Amino acid sequence: MQKEISTISVQPTVAAVPVELASKREKISAHQVCAFFGQNQALKNISLSIPEHSVVAIIGPSGCGKSTFLRSVNRMHEMIPESRITGTLTLDGEDIYQMDAVQVRRRIGMVFQKPNPFPTMSIADNVSAGLRMNGMRDRRRIEEIVERSLRQAALWNEVKDSLFKGGMSLSGGQQQRLCIARALAVSPDVLLMDEPASALDPISTAKIEELMYELKKDYTIVIVTHNMQQAARVSDRTAFFYMGELIEYDGTKKIFTMPSKKQTEEYITGRFG
Amino acid sequence: MTSTTQTNYGDTIFRNLTRAFAFLILLLIVFMVYEMYRTSASSIEKFGWSFLTRSVWDPVQEEYGALPFIYGTLVSSAVALVIAVPLSVGVAIFLSELAPAWLERPVSFFVELLAGIPSIVYGVWGFFVMVPWMRTTVEPLLSDHLGFIPLFRGAPYGVGMLSAGVILSIMILPIIASISRDVLKAVPRVQKEAALALGGTRWEATRIGLSYARSGIMGATILGLGRVLGETMAVTMVIGNRPAISASLFDPAYTMASVLANEFTEATTDMYLSALVEIALVLFVITIIVNSFARLLVWSVTRKNQAGRV
Repeated sequence: MQKEISTISVQPTVAAVPVELASKREKISAHQVCAFFGQNQALKNISLSIPEHSVVAIIGPSGCGKSTFLRSVNRMHEMIPESRITGTLTLDGEDIYQMDAVQVRRRIGMVFQKPNPFPTMSIADNVSAGLRMNGMRDRRRIEEIVERSLRQAALWNEVKDSLFKGGMSLSGGQQQRLCIARALAVSPDVLLMDEPASALDPISTAKIEELMYELKKDYTIVIVTHNMQQAARVSDRTAFFYMGELIEYDGTKKIFTMPSKKQTEEYITGRFG
Repeated sequence: MTSTTQTNYGDTIFRNLTRAFAFLILLLIVFMVYEMYRTSASSIEKFGWSFLTRSVWDPVQEEYGALPFIYGTLVSSAVALVIAVPLSVGVAIFLSELAPAWLERPVSFFVELLAGIPSIVYGVWGFFVMVPWMRTTVEPLLSDHLGFIPLFRGAPYGVGMLSAGVILSIMILPIIASISRDVLKAVPRVQKEAALALGGTRWEATRIGLSYARSGIMGATILGLGRVLGETMAVTMVIGNRPAISASLFDPAYTMASVLANEFTEATTDMYLSALVEIALVLFVITIIVNSFARLLVWSVTRKNQAGRV
Protein backbone atom coordinates (compact mmCIF):
# COMPACT_ATOMS: atom_id res chain seq x y z
CA MET A 1 0.00 0.00 0.00
CA GLN A 2 2.63 2.43 1.13
CA LYS A 3 4.55 1.81 -2.02
CA GLU A 4 1.60 2.38 -4.27
CA ILE A 5 0.99 5.75 -2.69
CA SER A 6 4.54 6.88 -3.14
CA THR A 7 4.66 6.02 -6.82
CA ILE A 8 1.67 8.25 -7.32
CA SER A 9 3.09 11.45 -6.08
CA VAL A 10 6.48 11.59 -4.43
CA GLN A 11 8.80 11.91 -7.33
CA PRO A 12 7.17 14.59 -9.41
CA THR A 13 6.13 16.76 -6.47
CA VAL A 14 9.15 16.85 -4.27
CA ALA A 15 11.72 16.84 -7.03
CA ALA A 16 10.14 19.83 -8.70
CA VAL A 17 10.29 22.13 -5.71
CA PRO A 18 13.26 24.47 -5.72
CA VAL A 19 13.47 25.32 -9.41
CA GLU A 20 9.77 25.88 -9.86
CA LEU A 21 9.06 27.99 -6.84
CA ALA A 22 11.44 30.82 -7.41
CA SER A 23 9.50 32.18 -10.35
CA LYS A 24 6.04 31.88 -8.82
CA ARG A 25 3.85 34.79 -7.89
CA GLU A 26 2.87 35.26 -4.27
CA LYS A 27 -0.73 34.27 -3.64
CA ILE A 28 -1.16 34.59 0.08
CA SER A 29 1.06 36.48 2.42
CA ALA A 30 1.00 36.58 6.18
CA HIS A 31 2.83 39.31 8.04
CA GLN A 32 3.25 39.29 11.79
CA VAL A 33 -0.02 37.43 12.29
CA CYS A 34 -1.06 36.82 15.89
CA ALA A 35 -4.29 35.07 16.84
CA PHE A 36 -5.95 35.05 20.22
CA PHE A 37 -8.78 33.16 21.81
CA GLY A 38 -9.70 35.19 24.85
CA GLN A 39 -6.49 35.32 26.87
CA ASN A 40 -4.76 32.55 24.96
CA GLN A 41 -2.43 33.41 22.16
CA ALA A 42 -2.67 30.69 19.53
CA LEU A 43 -0.38 32.23 16.90
CA LYS A 44 2.72 34.33 17.51
CA ASN A 45 3.98 36.62 14.78
CA ILE A 46 3.55 34.31 11.85
CA SER A 47 5.02 35.61 8.62
CA LEU A 48 5.07 33.47 5.53
CA SER A 49 4.43 33.68 1.84
CA ILE A 50 2.47 31.15 -0.16
CA PRO A 51 3.25 31.00 -3.88
CA GLU A 52 0.59 30.51 -6.52
CA HIS A 53 -0.06 27.04 -7.96
CA SER A 54 1.80 25.21 -5.28
CA VAL A 55 1.01 23.01 -2.33
CA VAL A 56 2.13 24.26 1.04
CA ALA A 57 1.94 21.83 3.94
CA ILE A 58 1.69 22.95 7.54
CA ILE A 59 2.92 20.39 10.04
CA GLY A 60 3.39 20.37 13.76
CA PRO A 61 2.16 18.68 16.92
CA SER A 62 -1.41 19.05 18.16
CA GLY A 63 -2.20 22.50 19.48
CA CYS A 64 0.66 24.16 17.62
CA GLY A 65 -1.69 26.58 15.86
CA LYS A 66 -1.65 25.07 12.40
CA SER A 67 -5.43 24.79 12.10
CA THR A 68 -5.81 28.25 13.62
CA PHE A 69 -3.53 29.64 10.96
CA LEU A 70 -5.50 27.91 8.22
CA ARG A 71 -8.77 29.19 9.61
CA SER A 72 -7.43 32.72 9.91
CA VAL A 73 -6.75 32.72 6.17
CA ASN A 74 -10.44 32.39 5.25
CA ARG A 75 -11.60 34.18 8.40
CA MET A 76 -13.32 31.06 9.65
CA HIS A 77 -11.86 31.52 13.11
CA GLU A 78 -14.13 34.56 13.48
CA MET A 79 -16.97 32.15 14.11
CA ILE A 80 -15.48 31.37 17.51
CA PRO A 81 -16.54 33.91 20.13
CA GLU A 82 -13.79 36.05 21.68
CA SER A 83 -11.31 35.31 18.93
CA ARG A 84 -9.28 38.12 17.43
CA ILE A 85 -6.36 38.54 15.16
CA THR A 86 -3.60 41.07 14.56
CA GLY A 87 -1.09 41.49 11.76
CA THR A 88 -1.78 41.38 8.03
CA LEU A 89 -2.96 38.64 5.74
CA THR A 90 -3.25 39.35 2.06
CA LEU A 91 -4.71 37.55 -0.92
CA ASP A 92 -3.22 38.76 -4.22
CA GLY A 93 -1.93 41.76 -2.31
CA GLU A 94 -5.38 42.65 -0.97
CA ASP A 95 -5.89 42.76 2.78
CA ILE A 96 -8.13 39.82 3.67
CA TYR A 97 -9.39 41.56 6.78
CA GLN A 98 -10.44 44.63 4.82
CA MET A 99 -12.51 42.50 2.45
CA ASP A 100 -16.02 41.19 3.05
CA ALA A 101 -15.72 37.82 4.79
CA VAL A 102 -18.24 36.27 2.39
CA GLN A 103 -16.17 37.43 -0.59
CA VAL A 104 -12.98 36.09 0.99
CA ARG A 105 -14.53 32.66 1.37
CA ARG A 106 -15.74 32.63 -2.21
CA ARG A 107 -12.13 33.00 -3.28
CA ILE A 108 -10.63 30.75 -0.63
CA GLY A 109 -12.37 27.39 -0.41
CA MET A 110 -12.02 24.96 2.44
CA VAL A 111 -12.10 21.22 2.95
CA PHE A 112 -12.58 19.98 6.49
CA GLN A 113 -11.10 17.18 8.53
CA LYS A 114 -14.23 15.06 8.50
CA PRO A 115 -16.23 14.78 5.30
CA ASN A 116 -19.27 17.02 5.85
CA PRO A 117 -21.62 16.79 2.90
CA PHE A 118 -25.05 18.33 3.49
CA PRO A 119 -27.09 15.29 4.50
CA THR A 120 -30.42 16.57 3.21
CA MET A 121 -29.08 17.19 -0.30
CA SER A 122 -28.38 14.94 -3.25
CA ILE A 123 -24.87 14.55 -4.64
CA ALA A 124 -25.57 17.07 -7.39
CA ASP A 125 -27.15 19.56 -4.96
CA ASN A 126 -24.20 19.24 -2.63
CA VAL A 127 -21.83 20.25 -5.41
CA SER A 128 -24.02 23.12 -6.55
CA ALA A 129 -24.84 24.35 -3.03
CA GLY A 130 -22.25 27.13 -3.18
CA LEU A 131 -23.35 28.22 -6.65
CA ARG A 132 -26.94 28.45 -5.58
CA MET A 133 -25.94 30.39 -2.48
CA ASN A 134 -24.10 32.81 -4.72
CA GLY A 135 -27.31 33.34 -6.63
CA MET A 136 -26.77 31.22 -9.75
CA ARG A 137 -30.10 30.12 -11.24
CA ASP A 138 -29.15 28.93 -14.75
CA ARG A 139 -29.77 25.21 -14.51
CA ARG A 140 -27.76 24.20 -17.54
CA ARG A 141 -24.78 26.20 -16.33
CA ILE A 142 -25.13 24.61 -12.89
CA GLU A 143 -25.20 21.13 -14.41
CA GLU A 144 -22.03 21.89 -16.37
CA ILE A 145 -20.22 23.12 -13.30
CA VAL A 146 -21.39 20.13 -11.25
CA GLU A 147 -19.94 17.78 -13.84
CA ARG A 148 -16.72 19.75 -14.18
CA SER A 149 -16.22 19.93 -10.42
CA LEU A 150 -16.91 16.24 -9.92
CA ARG A 151 -14.44 15.42 -12.69
CA GLN A 152 -11.84 17.67 -11.08
CA ALA A 153 -12.41 15.89 -7.80
CA ALA A 154 -12.01 12.54 -9.61
CA LEU A 155 -15.46 11.47 -8.49
CA TRP A 156 -17.48 11.83 -11.70
CA ASN A 157 -17.07 8.28 -12.93
CA GLU A 158 -18.18 6.87 -9.62
CA VAL A 159 -21.30 8.99 -9.18
CA LYS A 160 -22.46 10.02 -12.65
CA ASP A 161 -25.33 7.51 -12.51
CA SER A 162 -26.41 8.41 -9.01
CA LEU A 163 -26.26 12.21 -8.96
CA PHE A 164 -29.66 12.42 -7.30
CA LYS A 165 -28.93 10.04 -4.50
CA GLY A 166 -28.22 11.44 -1.06
CA GLY A 167 -24.71 12.68 -0.44
CA MET A 168 -24.53 10.47 2.62
CA SER A 169 -24.88 7.34 0.48
CA LEU A 170 -21.21 7.60 -0.51
CA SER A 171 -18.26 6.07 1.30
CA GLY A 172 -16.11 8.27 3.53
CA GLY A 173 -13.47 8.78 0.86
CA GLN A 174 -16.06 9.58 -1.78
CA GLN A 175 -17.75 11.98 0.61
CA GLN A 176 -14.48 13.81 1.08
CA ARG A 177 -13.99 14.08 -2.68
CA LEU A 178 -17.59 15.29 -2.89
CA CYS A 179 -16.66 18.01 -0.41
CA ILE A 180 -13.66 18.89 -2.55
CA ALA A 181 -15.93 19.09 -5.62
CA ARG A 182 -18.30 21.29 -3.63
CA ALA A 183 -15.45 23.61 -2.73
CA LEU A 184 -14.17 23.69 -6.33
CA ALA A 185 -17.59 24.45 -7.81
CA VAL A 186 -17.49 28.07 -6.69
CA SER A 187 -14.16 28.48 -8.52
CA PRO A 188 -11.93 29.61 -5.69
CA ASP A 189 -8.28 30.52 -6.23
CA VAL A 190 -7.10 28.88 -3.06
CA LEU A 191 -8.07 25.63 -1.39
CA LEU A 192 -7.46 25.20 2.33
CA MET A 193 -7.42 21.61 3.50
CA ASP A 194 -7.58 20.87 7.20
CA GLU A 195 -6.27 17.32 7.59
CA PRO A 196 -8.45 16.22 4.68
CA ALA A 197 -7.37 12.59 4.80
CA SER A 198 -7.08 11.96 8.53
CA ALA A 199 -10.48 10.23 8.70
CA LEU A 200 -9.92 8.16 5.57
CA ASP A 201 -8.51 4.75 4.72
CA PRO A 202 -5.19 4.43 2.83
CA ILE A 203 -6.74 3.99 -0.63
CA SER A 204 -8.95 7.04 -0.24
CA THR A 205 -5.98 8.93 1.16
CA ALA A 206 -3.94 8.04 -1.91
CA LYS A 207 -6.73 9.31 -4.14
CA ILE A 208 -6.92 12.61 -2.31
CA GLU A 209 -3.16 13.03 -2.52
CA GLU A 210 -3.14 12.24 -6.20
CA LEU A 211 -5.89 14.78 -6.62
CA MET A 212 -3.90 17.49 -4.92
CA TYR A 213 -1.13 17.00 -7.40
CA GLU A 214 -3.61 17.55 -10.23
CA LEU A 215 -5.35 20.47 -8.56
CA LYS A 216 -2.29 22.58 -7.95
CA LYS A 217 -2.12 23.29 -11.68
CA ASP A 218 -5.16 25.50 -11.24
CA TYR A 219 -5.31 26.23 -7.55
CA THR A 220 -3.10 27.17 -4.67
CA ILE A 221 -3.38 24.60 -1.91
CA VAL A 222 -2.60 24.92 1.77
CA ILE A 223 -2.86 21.67 3.67
CA VAL A 224 -2.63 21.07 7.38
CA THR A 225 -1.57 17.54 8.16
CA HIS A 226 -0.53 15.39 11.06
CA ASN A 227 0.99 12.93 8.72
CA MET A 228 4.56 13.86 7.84
CA GLN A 229 4.82 11.33 5.05
CA GLN A 230 1.81 12.97 3.52
CA ALA A 231 3.40 16.39 3.77
CA ALA A 232 6.54 14.99 2.14
CA ARG A 233 4.56 13.37 -0.65
CA VAL A 234 2.23 16.16 -1.64
CA SER A 235 3.77 19.50 -0.85
CA ASP A 236 6.24 21.85 -2.49
CA ARG A 237 6.89 23.76 0.67
CA THR A 238 6.47 22.84 4.29
CA ALA A 239 5.98 25.05 7.31
CA PHE A 240 6.70 23.65 10.75
CA PHE A 241 4.64 25.20 13.55
CA TYR A 242 5.37 24.67 17.21
CA MET A 243 3.62 26.30 20.19
CA GLY A 244 2.06 28.93 17.99
CA GLU A 245 5.29 29.90 16.32
CA LEU A 246 6.56 29.30 12.85
CA ILE A 247 9.81 27.45 13.45
CA GLU A 248 10.87 26.78 9.91
CA TYR A 249 9.46 27.27 6.42
CA ASP A 250 11.29 25.99 3.38
CA GLY A 251 11.16 23.68 0.38
CA THR A 252 9.68 20.37 1.44
CA LYS A 253 12.70 18.40 0.36
CA LYS A 254 14.99 20.57 2.42
CA ILE A 255 12.75 20.41 5.52
CA PHE A 256 12.70 16.64 5.39
CA THR A 257 16.32 16.04 4.49
CA MET A 258 18.32 18.80 6.13
CA PRO A 259 16.21 21.07 8.30
CA SER A 260 18.07 24.05 9.63
CA LYS A 261 16.36 24.11 13.05
CA LYS A 262 16.95 21.50 15.71
CA GLN A 263 13.24 21.44 16.73
CA THR A 264 12.22 20.67 13.15
CA GLU A 265 14.64 17.81 12.98
CA GLU A 266 13.46 16.41 16.28
CA TYR A 267 9.86 16.59 15.17
CA ILE A 268 10.30 15.00 11.76
CA THR A 269 12.45 12.24 13.16
CA GLY A 270 9.69 11.50 15.66
CA ARG A 271 11.46 12.53 18.84
CA PHE A 272 8.43 14.53 20.01
CA GLY A 273 4.97 15.47 18.91
CA MET B 1 -22.71 -20.72 39.29
CA THR B 2 -25.25 -19.65 41.85
CA SER B 3 -24.55 -16.04 41.14
CA THR B 4 -25.31 -16.41 37.42
CA THR B 5 -28.61 -18.13 38.06
CA GLN B 6 -29.45 -15.43 40.55
CA THR B 7 -28.72 -12.71 38.01
CA ASN B 8 -30.79 -14.48 35.42
CA TYR B 9 -33.60 -14.79 37.92
CA GLY B 10 -33.36 -11.08 38.67
CA ASP B 11 -33.27 -10.30 34.97
CA THR B 12 -36.41 -12.33 34.41
CA ILE B 13 -38.27 -10.50 37.11
CA PHE B 14 -37.05 -7.17 35.82
CA ARG B 15 -37.99 -8.02 32.25
CA ASN B 16 -41.45 -9.19 33.18
CA LEU B 17 -42.05 -6.26 35.45
CA THR B 18 -41.16 -3.69 32.80
CA ARG B 19 -43.13 -5.64 30.23
CA ALA B 20 -46.12 -5.55 32.56
CA PHE B 21 -45.79 -1.76 32.84
CA ALA B 22 -45.70 -1.44 29.09
CA PHE B 23 -48.76 -3.63 28.63
CA LEU B 24 -50.53 -1.70 31.37
CA ILE B 25 -50.39 1.40 29.14
CA LEU B 26 -51.88 -0.50 26.24
CA LEU B 27 -54.49 -2.02 28.51
CA LEU B 28 -55.40 1.39 29.86
CA ILE B 29 -55.97 2.75 26.37
CA VAL B 30 -58.01 -0.26 25.33
CA PHE B 31 -60.07 0.06 28.49
CA MET B 32 -60.64 3.77 27.95
CA VAL B 33 -61.79 3.25 24.39
CA TYR B 34 -64.04 0.42 25.44
CA GLU B 35 -65.56 2.47 28.24
CA MET B 36 -66.17 5.46 25.99
CA TYR B 37 -67.66 3.24 23.37
CA ARG B 38 -69.94 1.55 25.89
CA THR B 39 -71.18 4.83 27.36
CA SER B 40 -71.76 6.37 23.97
CA ALA B 41 -73.42 3.29 22.52
CA SER B 42 -76.95 4.71 22.54
CA SER B 43 -75.84 7.88 20.75
CA ILE B 44 -73.83 5.90 18.20
CA GLU B 45 -76.82 3.66 17.62
CA LYS B 46 -79.24 6.52 17.18
CA PHE B 47 -77.20 8.88 14.99
CA GLY B 48 -74.70 6.55 13.32
CA TRP B 49 -72.14 8.27 11.09
CA SER B 50 -74.39 11.31 10.75
CA PHE B 51 -73.18 12.29 14.22
CA LEU B 52 -69.97 13.40 12.53
CA THR B 53 -71.64 15.36 9.75
CA ARG B 54 -74.57 17.06 11.44
CA SER B 55 -74.41 20.58 12.79
CA VAL B 56 -77.35 20.43 15.15
CA TRP B 57 -76.74 20.39 18.90
CA ASP B 58 -80.08 20.46 20.67
CA PRO B 59 -80.36 18.88 24.12
CA VAL B 60 -84.07 19.74 24.28
CA GLN B 61 -85.00 17.85 21.13
CA GLU B 62 -82.27 15.27 21.85
CA GLU B 63 -80.69 15.87 18.48
CA TYR B 64 -76.90 15.79 18.44
CA GLY B 65 -74.26 16.29 15.76
CA ALA B 66 -70.56 16.96 16.39
CA LEU B 67 -69.48 18.68 13.20
CA PRO B 68 -69.16 22.23 14.63
CA PHE B 69 -67.01 20.93 17.46
CA ILE B 70 -64.78 18.89 15.17
CA TYR B 71 -64.46 21.90 12.91
CA GLY B 72 -63.72 24.18 15.85
CA THR B 73 -61.00 21.91 17.20
CA LEU B 74 -59.29 21.43 13.85
CA VAL B 75 -59.48 25.05 12.73
CA SER B 76 -58.40 26.55 16.06
CA SER B 77 -55.46 24.11 16.07
CA ALA B 78 -54.55 25.07 12.52
CA VAL B 79 -54.72 28.78 13.33
CA ALA B 80 -52.53 28.18 16.39
CA LEU B 81 -49.91 26.31 14.36
CA VAL B 82 -49.89 28.87 11.56
CA ILE B 83 -49.12 31.58 14.11
CA ALA B 84 -46.89 29.62 16.47
CA VAL B 85 -44.59 27.67 14.14
CA PRO B 86 -42.94 30.57 12.26
CA LEU B 87 -42.74 32.58 15.47
CA SER B 88 -41.20 29.70 17.42
CA VAL B 89 -38.71 28.83 14.72
CA GLY B 90 -37.74 32.50 14.55
CA VAL B 91 -37.23 32.60 18.30
CA ALA B 92 -35.25 29.35 18.10
CA ILE B 93 -32.99 30.68 15.34
CA PHE B 94 -32.35 33.86 17.29
CA LEU B 95 -31.56 31.98 20.50
CA SER B 96 -29.37 29.34 18.90
CA GLU B 97 -27.53 31.36 16.26
CA LEU B 98 -27.66 35.06 16.85
CA ALA B 99 -28.25 35.98 20.48
CA PRO B 100 -25.21 36.87 22.56
CA ALA B 101 -24.80 34.63 25.61
CA TRP B 102 -25.94 37.29 28.11
CA LEU B 103 -29.24 37.61 26.26
CA GLU B 104 -29.78 33.99 25.34
CA ARG B 105 -30.00 32.66 28.84
CA PRO B 106 -32.68 34.99 30.25
CA VAL B 107 -34.75 34.83 27.07
CA SER B 108 -34.59 31.03 27.02
CA PHE B 109 -35.60 31.03 30.67
CA PHE B 110 -38.67 33.15 30.04
CA VAL B 111 -39.65 31.14 26.99
CA GLU B 112 -39.57 27.99 29.07
CA LEU B 113 -41.39 29.78 31.89
CA LEU B 114 -44.34 30.32 29.53
CA ALA B 115 -44.70 26.55 29.31
CA GLY B 116 -45.21 26.27 33.04
CA ILE B 117 -48.14 28.67 33.36
CA PRO B 118 -51.45 26.85 34.06
CA SER B 119 -53.89 27.10 31.20
CA ILE B 120 -56.57 28.73 33.34
CA VAL B 121 -54.22 31.66 33.85
CA TYR B 122 -53.91 32.02 30.09
CA GLY B 123 -57.70 31.80 29.93
CA VAL B 124 -58.24 34.58 32.46
CA TRP B 125 -55.65 36.79 30.82
CA GLY B 126 -57.15 35.98 27.44
CA PHE B 127 -60.65 36.84 28.56
CA PHE B 128 -59.88 40.09 30.36
CA VAL B 129 -56.95 41.44 28.38
CA MET B 130 -56.60 39.79 25.00
CA VAL B 131 -60.24 39.53 23.97
CA PRO B 132 -61.04 43.25 24.47
CA TRP B 133 -57.86 44.11 22.61
CA MET B 134 -58.81 41.77 19.76
CA ARG B 135 -62.25 43.35 19.63
CA THR B 136 -61.13 46.96 19.64
CA THR B 137 -57.84 46.81 17.78
CA VAL B 138 -56.73 43.63 16.05
CA GLU B 139 -59.93 42.47 14.42
CA PRO B 140 -61.00 45.90 13.08
CA LEU B 141 -57.48 46.34 11.72
CA LEU B 142 -57.57 42.94 10.03
CA SER B 143 -60.99 43.49 8.50
CA ASP B 144 -59.95 46.93 7.25
CA HIS B 145 -56.88 45.66 5.48
CA LEU B 146 -57.56 42.00 4.75
CA GLY B 147 -61.35 42.12 4.65
CA PHE B 148 -61.38 40.87 1.05
CA ILE B 149 -60.48 37.45 2.47
CA PRO B 150 -63.62 35.78 3.94
CA LEU B 151 -61.56 34.68 6.94
CA PHE B 152 -61.25 38.26 8.13
CA ARG B 153 -64.75 39.49 7.38
CA GLY B 154 -67.53 40.12 9.83
CA ALA B 155 -68.23 41.72 13.14
CA PRO B 156 -65.35 41.86 15.61
CA TYR B 157 -66.75 39.96 18.58
CA GLY B 158 -63.45 39.55 20.34
CA VAL B 159 -64.30 36.08 21.50
CA GLY B 160 -64.04 33.61 18.63
CA MET B 161 -61.91 31.30 16.58
CA LEU B 162 -59.10 33.82 16.06
CA SER B 163 -58.75 34.58 19.76
CA ALA B 164 -58.68 30.85 20.50
CA GLY B 165 -55.99 30.34 17.88
CA VAL B 166 -53.91 33.21 19.25
CA ILE B 167 -54.08 32.05 22.84
CA LEU B 168 -53.27 28.50 21.80
CA SER B 169 -50.31 29.72 19.79
CA ILE B 170 -48.96 31.54 22.84
CA MET B 171 -49.35 28.37 24.86
CA ILE B 172 -47.45 26.14 22.44
CA LEU B 173 -44.79 28.65 21.48
CA PRO B 174 -42.50 27.66 24.38
CA ILE B 175 -42.67 23.96 23.50
CA ILE B 176 -41.90 24.42 19.84
CA ALA B 177 -39.36 27.18 20.40
CA SER B 178 -37.33 25.46 23.09
CA ILE B 179 -37.20 22.09 21.33
CA SER B 180 -36.34 23.75 18.02
CA ARG B 181 -33.60 25.72 19.74
CA ASP B 182 -32.10 22.52 21.14
CA VAL B 183 -32.35 20.82 17.75
CA LEU B 184 -30.69 23.76 16.03
CA LYS B 185 -27.96 23.84 18.64
CA ALA B 186 -27.32 20.18 17.97
CA VAL B 187 -26.56 20.82 14.29
CA PRO B 188 -22.87 19.94 13.90
CA ARG B 189 -20.69 23.03 13.66
CA VAL B 190 -18.99 21.61 10.59
CA GLN B 191 -22.30 21.79 8.73
CA LYS B 192 -22.62 25.53 9.25
CA GLU B 193 -18.92 26.01 8.62
CA ALA B 194 -19.23 24.12 5.35
CA ALA B 195 -21.89 26.59 4.24
CA LEU B 196 -19.82 29.57 5.36
CA ALA B 197 -16.70 28.23 3.69
CA LEU B 198 -18.56 28.14 0.39
CA GLY B 199 -19.11 31.85 0.66
CA GLY B 200 -22.50 31.51 2.29
CA THR B 201 -23.89 34.32 4.39
CA ARG B 202 -24.97 33.81 7.95
CA TRP B 203 -28.56 33.37 6.82
CA GLU B 204 -27.54 30.73 4.25
CA ALA B 205 -25.59 28.87 6.90
CA THR B 206 -28.67 29.04 9.13
CA ARG B 207 -30.78 27.61 6.32
CA ILE B 208 -28.40 24.68 6.05
CA GLY B 209 -28.83 24.24 9.79
CA LEU B 210 -32.62 24.40 9.41
CA SER B 211 -32.67 21.74 6.73
CA TYR B 212 -30.46 19.57 8.91
CA ALA B 213 -32.80 20.11 11.85
CA ARG B 214 -36.11 20.00 10.05
CA SER B 215 -37.28 16.60 11.27
CA GLY B 216 -36.60 17.72 14.83
CA ILE B 217 -38.53 20.94 14.28
CA MET B 218 -41.42 18.95 12.85
CA GLY B 219 -41.32 16.72 15.89
CA ALA B 220 -41.54 19.81 18.09
CA THR B 221 -44.53 20.98 16.06
CA ILE B 222 -46.24 17.65 16.63
CA LEU B 223 -45.81 18.00 20.37
CA GLY B 224 -47.39 21.45 20.08
CA LEU B 225 -50.19 20.04 17.97
CA GLY B 226 -50.86 17.37 20.57
CA ARG B 227 -51.31 20.08 23.13
CA VAL B 228 -53.61 22.34 21.09
CA LEU B 229 -55.95 19.53 20.10
CA GLY B 230 -56.76 18.76 23.68
CA GLU B 231 -56.38 22.18 25.28
CA THR B 232 -59.54 23.01 27.17
CA MET B 233 -59.74 25.79 29.73
CA ALA B 234 -58.06 28.68 27.96
CA VAL B 235 -59.92 27.95 24.74
CA THR B 236 -63.25 27.63 26.47
CA MET B 237 -62.82 31.12 27.90
CA VAL B 238 -62.07 32.89 24.66
CA ILE B 239 -63.68 30.94 21.81
CA GLY B 240 -67.25 32.08 22.43
CA ASN B 241 -68.77 28.62 22.81
CA ARG B 242 -71.26 28.68 20.00
CA PRO B 243 -71.64 25.47 17.99
CA ALA B 244 -71.63 27.03 14.54
CA ILE B 245 -69.47 26.77 11.48
CA SER B 246 -68.55 30.12 10.05
CA ALA B 247 -66.09 31.20 7.38
CA SER B 248 -64.98 34.15 9.47
CA LEU B 249 -62.32 33.63 12.12
CA PHE B 250 -63.90 36.47 14.11
CA ASP B 251 -67.05 34.48 14.78
CA PRO B 252 -67.55 32.49 17.97
CA ALA B 253 -66.99 28.76 17.69
CA TYR B 254 -66.72 25.74 19.91
CA THR B 255 -64.24 22.92 20.32
CA MET B 256 -64.72 19.32 21.37
CA ALA B 257 -62.76 19.76 24.57
CA SER B 258 -64.68 22.93 25.45
CA VAL B 259 -68.11 21.42 24.99
CA LEU B 260 -67.11 18.54 27.24
CA ALA B 261 -65.88 20.89 29.93
CA ASN B 262 -68.93 23.14 29.72
CA GLU B 263 -71.72 20.62 29.46
CA PHE B 264 -70.87 17.41 31.23
CA THR B 265 -72.40 18.73 34.48
CA GLU B 266 -75.61 19.58 32.68
CA ALA B 267 -75.95 16.26 30.91
CA THR B 268 -79.10 15.24 32.66
CA THR B 269 -80.43 12.70 30.20
CA ASP B 270 -78.75 9.50 29.15
CA MET B 271 -78.75 10.47 25.50
CA TYR B 272 -77.13 13.83 26.29
CA LEU B 273 -74.37 12.12 28.26
CA SER B 274 -74.01 9.51 25.58
CA ALA B 275 -73.57 12.17 22.90
CA LEU B 276 -70.97 14.00 24.99
CA VAL B 277 -68.99 10.82 25.53
CA GLU B 278 -69.16 10.15 21.82
CA ILE B 279 -67.55 13.56 21.30
CA ALA B 280 -64.80 12.48 23.68
CA LEU B 281 -64.37 9.34 21.62
CA VAL B 282 -64.20 11.35 18.40
CA LEU B 283 -61.62 13.69 19.94
CA PHE B 284 -59.60 10.67 20.98
CA VAL B 285 -59.71 9.18 17.49
CA ILE B 286 -58.95 12.48 15.78
CA THR B 287 -55.97 13.03 18.08
CA ILE B 288 -54.67 9.60 17.13
CA ILE B 289 -55.23 10.19 13.41
CA VAL B 290 -53.63 13.64 13.40
CA ASN B 291 -50.66 12.44 15.41
CA SER B 292 -50.13 9.36 13.26
CA PHE B 293 -50.32 11.49 10.16
CA ALA B 294 -47.80 13.95 11.58
CA ARG B 295 -45.48 11.15 12.59
CA LEU B 296 -45.74 9.65 9.14
CA LEU B 297 -44.72 13.02 7.76
CA VAL B 298 -41.66 13.19 10.00
CA TRP B 299 -40.80 9.64 9.17
CA SER B 300 -40.98 10.20 5.43
CA VAL B 301 -38.83 13.33 5.71
CA THR B 302 -36.21 11.59 7.82
CA ARG B 303 -36.22 8.62 5.53
CA LYS B 304 -35.69 10.88 2.55
CA ASN B 305 -32.86 12.63 4.39
CA GLN B 306 -31.14 9.38 5.00
CA ALA B 307 -31.85 7.86 1.62
CA GLY B 308 -29.08 5.42 0.94
CA ARG B 309 -27.35 6.09 4.22
CA VAL B 310 -27.57 2.34 4.72
